[in-house]
Amino acid sequence: MGELKKVDFEYSQLNSERMRLNVGPQHPSTHGVLRLEVELDGEIVTEVVPHIGYLHRCFEKHCENMTYPQVIPYVDRMDYICSMNNELPYVMGVEKMLGIEVPEKVEYIRVIFSELNRIANHQIAIATFGLDAGAFTPFLYLFRDREFILTIFEKASGGRLLYNYFWVGGLAHDVHPTFKEDIRWIVKRVKETNKEIADLLLYNKIFIERTANVGILPADVAINYGCSGPVARGSGLPFDLRKDAPYSIYDRFDFNVVTGRGEVGTVGDCWDRNIVRFHEIEESCRIIEQALEQMPDEGDVREKLPKKIRPPQGEIYSKAENPKGELGFYIVSNGKDKPERVKGRGTSFVNLSVLPEISKGYLFADLIMILGSIDIVLGEVDR
Amino acid sequence: MGLLNKLDDPYYGGGIILGTLEDVLNWGRSKSDWYLQFGLACCAIEFMAVNASHFDFMRFGCIPRTSPRQADFMIVSGTVTMKMAERIKTLYEQMAEPRYVISMGSCANCGGPYWEHGYHVLKGVDRVIPVDVYVPGCPPRPEALEEGMIKLQKMINEQAIFNKRKRLREAEEKEKSVSDVVLSQN
Repeated sequence: MGELKKVDFEYSQLNSERMRLNVGPQHPSTHGVLRLEVELDGEIVTEVVPHIGYLHRCFEKHCENMTYPQVIPYVDRMDYICSMNNELPYVMGVEKMLGIEVPEKVEYIRVIFSELNRIANHQIAIATFGLDAGAFTPFLYLFRDREFILTIFEKASGGRLLYNYFWVGGLAHDVHPTFKEDIRWIVKRVKETNKEIADLLLYNKIFIERTANVGILPADVAINYGCSGPVARGSGLPFDLRKDAPYSIYDRFDFNVVTGRGEVGTVGDCWDRNIVRFHEIEESCRIIEQALEQMPDEGDVREKLPKKIRPPQGEIYSKAENPKGELGFYIVSNGKDKPERVKGRGTSFVNLSVLPEISKGYLFADLIMILGSIDIVLGEVDR
Repeated sequence: MGLLNKLDDPYYGGGIILGTLEDVLNWGRSKSDWYLQFGLACCAIEFMAVNASHFDFMRFGCIPRTSPRQADFMIVSGTVTMKMAERIKTLYEQMAEPRYVISMGSCANCGGPYWEHGYHVLKGVDRVIPVDVYVPGCPPRPEALEEGMIKLQKMINEQAIFNKRKRLREAEEKEKSVSDVVLSQN
């Protein structure tokens, strides 16, 4: 038996061969049709190149050829998980160009539906994030509640997923008679499920081990890349358009901006981004409850408008807080009934751009978690 | 089902099935279809809802598979763009026969709302792969997709397994003779 020799070496000095791996576009955890070109050193990620364009559906081309109200369904299909939130900035932009104000009741219904859709979106985000980590039960729990929210949308607008409900100058039609009771019931239900999810998933030891201290996004990097929404708030930046630049009637409500605090790991890790979504569900419930109390019962739901909407010549940038971050529409009008150009500032696209920066040096399995924690929707990335 | 009704029938006696092997095989095939799990666009979210608590797709015997080699059928859920079309064709070719395709939603059926100005959208997935069942809607309701699944199961149940080519030829000839008669009448 010979003696074992001690060899001093640094891991980085090992001359290992890099491997390039293709992930997607058909991959269950890329959340759609994203393709990632990953360079691996053993199991450690050294480079990530996202390839997009597998769901490019020609949004801007359609806007050139449609009248202003006809664009709304295409706006729906940008971020198809939270269509109501997508419609809001577009509709507000056109209304601002026309110089009209919508009735009080409409504003309240818009806020309630936006917040309800925010809850539905965050529920999907947490559910699919759990799926990526291998937890199937929270997915079933959260989808059970989401179906009830969708039922309310269906009663009001007729659609389960894509609504075309916010129109220029008001709503498509009035809400159903049992609107208030339905929403009070669902808010109660969502709160109960949230407690279950905290026990089942978020404060689960295995889940914390998997997500804490993974994919840390420092605040300065988040600002440099233009991140917004839960991705930026998870890094400790209290950036929320509902508070910072109040639109619609958000200045009338009392709610907190949730930020990541590094409860179980470092500030800005995957777990922080997810707990921000979790607490935002509660804040949305608070806003809905306040809005229900203040909401007037009587009133029109549509402002009188000419048959053909022709905003005056000019341009506008209208923005609102999407569940995923800042969603903006840059609308250029040339005085005709069709917009000259509508450009959407997709939140998911901007948030996705930070992925190569924060996934370097982690294991390949962590890359899937980091991608899940950013919560992208490919319809908004490619538009 | 024809097979199960025969079990109940007292004429056949307890527990004895009289039927063709084809019936038994088709019955088994139609009740355990594994599908290729991949989502394209909006319809994929509705498809997730079908998989989840309220609609429970697994009661049809459908189990998600991530590899096309293990899948029996694929659900094209959403807009198929030019860039994605070749990938879908590859995925279809990688599946083992017999293979089936459900086209879910207007976009996959015919281009949907992107039909007119969508320069990057394929006007229907049936331009690259053969489709068995079309489910209309933008997006279709979960119930509609389940209906489509039942349609597919019925289709599999009626499929010929043995002497397939011979039977197909016979059917073709029969059709031809009928059309000849029709033509001669005209």
